[in-house]
Amino acid sequence: MNNVKERLVNGIIKENPTFVLMLGMCPTLAVTTSAVNGLGMGLTTMVVLALSNVFISLLRNIIPDKVRIPAFIVIIASFVTVVELLLQGYIPFLYDALGIYIPLIVVNCIILGRAEAYAYKNPVLSSLFDGIGMGLGFSVALTCIGAVRELLGAGEIFGIHVMPESFVPVSIFIMAPGAFFVLAVLTAIQNKVKINGEKKGKDMSKIQSGCGNDCMNCSDADCTHRLYDEKADGTNKKAAGSKDEQTKEEKKNG
Amino acid sequence: MSDLMKVSSNPHVRSKTDTGSIMLTVVIALLPAAGFGIYNFGLDALILILVTVASTVLTEFLFEKVCKRKVTIGDYSAVVTGLLLAMNLPASAPWWIGVVGGVFAILVVKMLFGGLGQNFMNPALGGRCFLLISFTSIMTNFDCDAYAGATPLANLKSGEAVCILDMVVGRTAGTIGETSMIAIVIGACILILMGIIDLRIPGSYIVSFVIFISIFGSHGLNWAYISAHLAGGGLMLGAFFMATDYVTRPITKNGQYLFGILLGILTGIFRIFGPSSEGVSYAIIIGNLLVPLIEKITLPTAFGKGGARV
Repeated sequence: MNNVKERLVNGIIKENPTFVLMLGMCPTLAVTTSAVNGLGMGLTTMVVLALSNVFISLLRNIIPDKVRIPAFIVIIASFVTVVELLLQGYIPFLYDALGIYIPLIVVNCIILGRAEAYAYKNPVLSSLFDGIGMGLGFSVALTCIGAVRELLGAGEIFGIHVMPESFVPVSIFIMAPGAFFVLAVLTAIQNKVKINGEKKGKDMSKIQSGCGNDCMNCSDADCTHRLYDEKADGTNKKAAGSKDEQTKEEKKNG
Repeated sequence: MSDLMKVSSNPHVRSKTDTGSIMLTVVIALLPAAGFGIYNFGLDALILILVTVASTVLTEFLFEKVCKRKVTIGDYSAVVTGLLLAMNLPASAPWWIGVVGGVFAILVVKMLFGGLGQNFMNPALGGRCFLLISFTSIMTNFDCDAYAGATPLANLKSGEAVCILDMVVGRTAGTIGETSMIAIVIGACILILMGIIDLRIPGSYIVSFVIFISIFGSHGLNWAYISAHLAGGGLMLGAFFMATDYVTRPITKNGQYLFGILLGILTGIFRIFGPSSEGVSYAIIIGNLLVPLIEKITLPTAFGKGGARV
């Protein structure tokens, strides 16, 4: 059960897909115009993520390595279709509000990322909770962004009027630029908490500053987490891969 | 021993000019237009200008105190930002509009990007566009005690007649500082005579704008139409005071001409084909964003590195 708890904490806090990994920015910026939309999008993604993680984990020994990405996409797209039809049937207002972003969950990089990085290499139960944890982290992040944007842009939270009558809504916050402002400020607060934690001597190495582990395109040569060395191109790619797996192993054992 | 006798590496030619003295000159050059705005719109305009300037200066001061940095409000750049922002607001706007705009201009557009010299876009215009998008109805309501109804540019767009003499003098509806072409040109002359700005950007901006509207404005070379476009709206204020901002303009000579031409074309597109009658602030902001690219393509060849051989 320890593993389950670790997966959930990892998804919600340590590797929060929005504030730490900076994945899935398209739905994050586009649908968080209100707290309800953010929560709806987060939970929809969570369902797809958990189910696709389970199935990819079940099929991980059958899917050939060379065609794994198309296979992942087929599995994810099937679940997205199911969820889309269910939303249309039972929660039509959310279906209308999210619009094109429901089919686009297929190409959400959180889902493909977790399939590739976790579910394809790990047993079913941990994959399920990895999906739930990541999905909850995504939901929490989207709800926070949506709540702030709704509060400033419309004076409401979850559709309930909370601001005084004299408050004039700052409508830029429910438009696209507002999403960037709110995301930036929330990420900055997250980083501030992390830096303060480091000063107090807590081990924060697992909380990265939103670098997304893209060491190949990263210019910070002194980064301690660096997995890719430009000087030794071809040879190190493999080493990077194995090191990546090593850290995964460590996480599993730890 | 006097400072001038010091032996040091270059530069050897020194002048007394510093950021503070340049910014103070800009403030002085803005005073005619601000003064006319106060005369035109009354006490409301004065209060709005004071509140906006106070909020920009205070924001810069508090931010630097909180971050334990050197306090730079003594260089008057925050005063210039506040004054320019206030001159871009309608006199009927409530006082908190100035505070919100001032805080946004200094905190987000200027300080978060590293302070004066690091901002990628003109802070006053960034603040104005933030307000324009957020509080559209307040920012486009030019009704006040002195004037009712639309700005001359809006009238021009809907095909009504406008009085060009009123527009040149500034006796029209509009934002506090943009109405009087004469007052702005007086300020611009001060800046040009003091050597603070030159005519490269304003000149190429205005010329390219005139060429654009005479081709696409569907009035041909109609001087009344063209001069109404020049005197109306924020074109003069933008061309002389905001496009020439040292931080957000290109530094290369050819780049400055290119920048001006770009602004002229963008302003023309926004005014003639856009839904709104005005487009100077958006044009300058988009121009600001393109400055790094403009500088890249207009970089002069260094001495000894290629070029035509004689």
